[in-house]
Order: sequence, then structure tokens, then C-alpha cells
Amino acid sequence: MAGEERNVILRTEGLTKHYGGVHALEDADFELLEGEHVAIVGDNGAGKSTFVRQITGVERPTAGKILFEGREMEFHSPVDAREAGIEAVFQNLALADDLDVPSNIFLGREETYFNLGPFSFLNEKKMLQRSQEALEKTGVKIPNLHNSIANMSGGQRQCVAISRAASFASKLILMDEPTAALGVQETTQVENIIRGLKERGIPLILVSHNLRQVFNLVDKIWVFRRGRIAGMLEADKTDGNEVVSLITGVQSGVHENASYI
Amino acid sequence: MANQAQAVSGSAADMPQKRPRSHELNALLGLVGIALIFELLGWIFQGQSFLFNTQRLSIMILQVSVVGIIAIGVTQVIITGGIDLSSGSVVGATAMIAMSFAQVSTYPRAVYPELTDLPVIVPILVGLACGIVAGMINGLLIAFTKIPPFIATLGMMVTARGIAKWYTRGQPVSFPTDSFAALGQGMTPVFVFLAIALLFHIALKYTVYGKHTYAIGSNEQAARMSGINVERHLVLVYTIAGLLAGLAGMVIAARGLTAQAGMGIMYELDAIAMAVIGGVSLSGGRGSIVGTLIGAVIFGVIISGFTFLRLDAYYQEMIKGVIIVAAVVADMYRQRMRPQSR
Repeated sequence: MAGEERNVILRTEGLTKHYGGVHALEDADFELLEGEHVAIVGDNGAGKSTFVRQITGVERPTAGKILFEGREMEFHSPVDAREAGIEAVFQNLALADDLDVPSNIFLGREETYFNLGPFSFLNEKKMLQRSQEALEKTGVKIPNLHNSIANMSGGQRQCVAISRAASFASKLILMDEPTAALGVQETTQVENIIRGLKERGIPLILVSHNLRQVFNLVDKIWVFRRGRIAGMLEADKTDGNEVVSLITGVQSGVHENASYI
Repeated sequence: MANQAQAVSGSAADMPQKRPRSHELNALLGLVGIALIFELLGWIFQGQSFLFNTQRLSIMILQVSVVGIIAIGVTQVIITGGIDLSSGSVVGATAMIAMSFAQVSTYPRAVYPELTDLPVIVPILVGLACGIVAGMINGLLIAFTKIPPFIATLGMMVTARGIAKWYTRGQPVSFPTDSFAALGQGMTPVFVFLAIALLFHIALKYTVYGKHTYAIGSNEQAARMSGINVERHLVLVYTIAGLLAGLAGMVIAARGLTAQAGMGIMYELDAIAMAVIGGVSLSGGRGSIVGTLIGAVIFGVIISGFTFLRLDAYYQEMIKGVIIVAAVVADMYRQRMRPQSR
């Protein structure tokens, strides 16, 4: 399938998800190249988050194929996707508030001394050290890693979540609205982390409502509308108008003064 | 109140963050305070020391040991964000069933006349198995049918009590072998309690088991997304709680040399209270075995303090109720003081 295009990292063919009678995602053909950063935009209910949930194994598609590195994948859980090298940062921060930073970064894949099943002893030292490395790599400064996440600001928490994804993702990161709840300064910090990922050549799928951010960060923009992919635009060959027209399905010319651009 | 100021200053994102005072330390301060009050009242009303009396202290710790064993299991359940109301009834059922396999042959009305004078390992294994089965049913119900832990364990509470009564049609089961009775004699219950506490302190603090227990109570969704098998873990936690309730049932039966269907009534609430007083948060994610240990000692101090002052047992219960509610209110208050972005 992916034979003729060697550098396609992720491809979906006819990806479809129905929730009962609701067609949340319909026949999505999507493609991501190696080292590429793309954005997924669209109105509320356009199928963006649904799409992300299929790719990350949170849900299983009703129909269609997911090809990752040319191989057809069937993710039964987020763990399967992670093992394949896909990491996700979700809209509702998937962090455990009462645990500290290393525990959150290593949640579900703790480093242990020797394997005693659930009663394996934790290698806290190694986890702390590797957490420090991960945070350094993403340029995040957190004063005391042993504080519980609950005592940190939204930005710090988001940075921890992203650092977790970035430190494990070997092949692909998905971010669903990573800056939706953040202030200006914190948003900048997250955007810098994303630029760092670009430099490191780690592909990214970014779901965002913020078109300015999208134009700043990514190479390609995939527009979803009412469960379908309405089109793909290259960020440097398009403008806000064209994107908004695709998002809303209304022809260009009416959006010049729109505040959402 | 100093506490409050700390929590507020800790919320400023860029300031060096101070750790809020730990729940265990709060509980310990509470313990010291309560003990000192009794010491003072002791000198005023009884003309003697409350604390400096080895016999009183050993009785005190003995009194809380059986419920303390339960509280160790309940602590873990509460940390996952659940609750276990069945432990008192499991104590009753386990006491009856285990004791029926521990009777001496010289007693003519043994439950199983052909199964007497068995080696002590038999009733112990039977008792532990009872606890495991009860706990596992709780866990499976909660993890897979998604019914609230409150309801699932309430069902088990009623059912297990029914089993305890049905087992011998309400007759007590007595005359255990010496080796089984030894489980409850002298200070053995205290050693069992402390050994169990140490074991699970280590498990909660230093193993993956503990990390996942806290993670589930903290944010179950996040735990699941991170690849933790939440269902399997919950079954394990409730099974351990059932096992410890079973162990407590055997210890109390061995201590009294008899098992009765009504044993362990209200123990589940005492155990929950010990945990809550020790700083285990009913909303999950926070608490520790050390805290519960302190909670258990606070309980013991109150009970023996009231006995020492020759006050009616009625007051004990009333005060216990007030302290439990106060501990929960304190926890809620702390929760609200936490900076929260959700």
C-alpha cells in the first residue's frame, strides 16, 4: 500500500466511526509524512477529536484502515498505540493530580528493579533522572519535581503532559487542543516545545481551534467538516480565508472581517 | 490556619513551592493533642497519669489491632476512590467458617465432627479463602458492572452477615484447637497488625501496585489512558481488603475462643474512620498506611481515655461520630484550598 511513497508515516483509508446513529467520522483518508507537522481544524463536532481517538487506540473505528509505517494497525487500547510509538496529549489532561512529576511521566510504564508483577519495586531514582532529562529536552522548568501535579499551574501541568508524550514518542505525537486552557505565556511555552519537536524531526498532529497558532506551527492543514475531511491546504500556500471557507462550507468573501482568523 | 496560608502561597506558579503540611503530621499533632487532654483530665479527675501506664497502653493498642487490620485494607480501597462497607460482615462470616474447621475433637457438638483437630493451616487457609472470595466478588462487581462501590459492598455487607447467621443457624462456634487460639492470644493481634501495616506500607510506597492505586484514585481516566489495567487493579485491591477482613475475623475469633454470627458489626465504619482520621481522603488519591496507623492509635486513645475517665460508652460513640465528621470536613476544606485548574 505505502510502497510507492516511502516516507508516509501514517495513513488512514476510509476511516469511519459511528456512535449509534451519529456519524462522527465518515470515510476519512488522511496522510502524514515523516517529520511533518500538520494541524487538524474544524468546527465543533467536525470529527477532529473522534479522528484522534481512533488513531490513539482510545476507540476502535467502525470501518476503515489505519496504516502506520506502512503496516495495517489494529489498536485495541492506548497501550497498543503507545507501543507502536504513538503518544497523545489529550484535551482533558491525562494526569494523576496527586502524584508527582516523575510518577506522571512514567504512569503505566514505571521503571522497576526486578519484575514481581504488580509488586515490583519502583526505581524512583531512574525515573527522576529520566524525567529531568525529558523536561530539559523540552525546555520546561519545574522547581520541584516531587510536588504533586495538583499544586502546579495549568501551564506547568500541560508541559508535563507534553514532555511525557515527547519523551516516549519515538514516531508520532498527537495533541488535542494543547493550549485551549492556557494563558498567553504558557501557550508560548507549549508552542516552543512543539517547535523543538519539529527540529527533532518528530511528526505531529495538532488539533487546534486557533488558526493563528496553526499557521505559525504547521506545514499542512487538514480541514474537517461534519465528520468528513473537507480538504488539505499547505500552510504557506493558503490564507485564513480559504481555511475558514473550508471549515464553514461557505464560499470565500464573507470572512474578511471575521474575528476568528 | 497556618496551613491555609501555606496552601495559598504554594499556588503561585512561579514561586518556589512549599509542600503543604502532610496529613500524617496533622493526624500526629491531633493524636498528641488528644493524648495530652486525657493526661490533663487524668490528673484532675483521677489523680494519676493516663499515658505512663504500660498496661493501659498495651490494652489500648490491642483493642484497635483487629479493626486496624481491616483499616489497612480499607485504606487502600479508599485511596482508589472507593469504599468497603462489607468488612465487618466478612469478619463475622470468616470467624464462623474458619472456626468451624478449627474445633477440637473433645467437643461433642462440633460443626464438622469428622473434621476436628485439623492442623492450624487448614482453618487459616479456609478463612483467608473466605475473605478473598468476598473481596474478589466486591472487586469484580465494581470493576466490571460499574456499580458504585458503596452499593456493591453494601450488598456484600448484608449477604456476608446472612451467611454468618445461616452457617450454624445462629449458633456460636467454639472450642478451637490451641494452635488456632494462639492467633488471638496475648499480643499476637498487635504483631499481626503491625506486620500487615509494614507490608502494605512498603507495597503502597515503593511498588507499582501502590503507584497505580494512587493513580486510579487520583484520576481514573488518566490511569486508563496511561495503560494501567484499572479493572484488574481494582479487583486486586478489593480482594486484598477482603483478605485482610478475613484475617481480622480469624484473629478476633481466636482471641475470644468463640465465633458468633454478630461479630464485627460496625467494624467497617470504625476502620473507615481510622483511615479518614489518619488523613486518607474519601475522594481518593491521598492517604497512607502511616496515617491510618496514627488514626488507629487516636481511636485507641479515645476509647481507653473514656474508660479511664469512667465515662459512659455512649459518650464514646457520640465523640467518635463527631471526630469522623470533623475529619471529613477538614479533608473537604483542604481540597477546596488546593489550586485547581479543572
